[in-house]
Amino acid sequence: MKIHADTGRCVGAGMCALSVPEVFDQSEDDGTVVLLDPEPPGSREAAVRRAVQLCPSGALSISET
Amino acid sequence: MREAMPGLVTYPIVRERPFDPPDELRPLRAEAPICRMAYPDGHEGWLVTGYAAVRAVLADPRFSTRPELLHSPIPQRMAQFKMLPVPPGFFLRMDPPAHTRYRRLLTGQFTVRRMRQLEPRIEEITNGRLDAMERAGGPIDLVQSFSLPIPSLVICELLGVPYDDRVRFQRDSAVMLNLESTPDQVMSAMTDLLTYLRDLVRRKRVEPADDLLSGLVSGGELTEEEITGMALLLLIAGHETTANMLALGTFALLRNPAQLAAVRDDPAVVEDAVEELLRYLTIIHIGPVRTALEDVELDGHLIRAGESVTLSLPAANRDPERFADAEDLDVTRSAHGHLTFGHGIHQCLGQQLARTEMRVAYPALLRRFPGLRLAVPAEEVPMRSNMSIYGVHRLPVTW
Repeated sequence: MKIHADTGRCVGAGMCALSVPEVFDQSEDDGTVVLLDPEPPGSREAAVRRAVQLCPSGALSISET
Repeated sequence: MREAMPGLVTYPIVRERPFDPPDELRPLRAEAPICRMAYPDGHEGWLVTGYAAVRAVLADPRFSTRPELLHSPIPQRMAQFKMLPVPPGFFLRMDPPAHTRYRRLLTGQFTVRRMRQLEPRIEEITNGRLDAMERAGGPIDLVQSFSLPIPSLVICELLGVPYDDRVRFQRDSAVMLNLESTPDQVMSAMTDLLTYLRDLVRRKRVEPADDLLSGLVSGGELTEEEITGMALLLLIAGHETTANMLALGTFALLRNPAQLAAVRDDPAVVEDAVEELLRYLTIIHIGPVRTALEDVELDGHLIRAGESVTLSLPAANRDPERFADAEDLDVTRSAHGHLTFGHGIHQCLGQQLARTEMRVAYPALLRRFPGLRLAVPAEEVPMRSNMSIYGVHRLPVTW
């Protein structure tokens, strides 16, 4: 899987960074999403899908690779 | 208030039992999760009680939060919407792009990492309150001794508002959140609070400190009025919400001793317990309300441009299609996806702060006073059905 983050849509709620801190972080500057690992290992797949689903602004999406 | 239109539901406010949403919402959610509702001003709008539909509306940019477009389910609020202009910077009541610009200036201050860094200070504040409770001895009112001071102290430090001024801002914000306040009372409380905050913002220009308001002043992107409006929003949202969660959550745990023991004794449970208490209690019990900017089809219903939609978060968070055994409090479940902080672009800016405060405060209280118990019969605890944020007015406890 490959994660895509649209920082223009992101509202900095932090749900992704809270859920999977190994994959998502937030910018110090404006709190928007920072992808630490855009192609996370399979072991994190379920957690990442949940984080994408929780995102309030629809800033995160997944494409299958 | 006008007579309700025959055949249409009106908005239920009173919770028959302290921890449950109004009973009328349950059959509505089962049979008509999107239904027409009579608004007190005669408007025929909508009430949405199902989880999926509430979430969909909150995420949909075709629905606006601007007060001049809204019809309120609460008669007094309706008059306020018409009378009171939204202060500049009060971005909760704005749509993009104005909302985006203001929120962006703050999001960096409320990140998960920032809130983790704040945790030791929140622990210190919490322990200070617990020490004071221990010195005073029970019975005491948990609201005044613990649940209100902790978030108030934290948001005051973060913003740079002197905590010694709390009598003034707590009084004004209580009037603003009281559903029974007249529009004149709300106007006067808001004017007073804005005057206070405007003076404070001016002082930050002269004597800047290491706090959020000073940062906004020196950032130079906002006018004094905009910073004042933002300060109003952050100050009210920052203390009333967590304060009510802490007191009502403690009350709920005291009525469920096995779950209280789990939160007290098992640090691994605390994170899920906080989410579950947020879901189960859903203290945002009026709205949010949105208005369609164009015709929107929602699950087979046509919502016409200009129609208001009241979203019941308490009902949505108890939807059995989303949460198994939704009517039960279970601090060991994963309640992720609850809507208590909202959803969409307005989802609570301070939610990570609120989580940190609750994760620290609940277990600290329960560990310090293992014998904590109500000092009055449960049915005598005064509930906040008359406030836009639900909770308890007082919680007499002893140990």
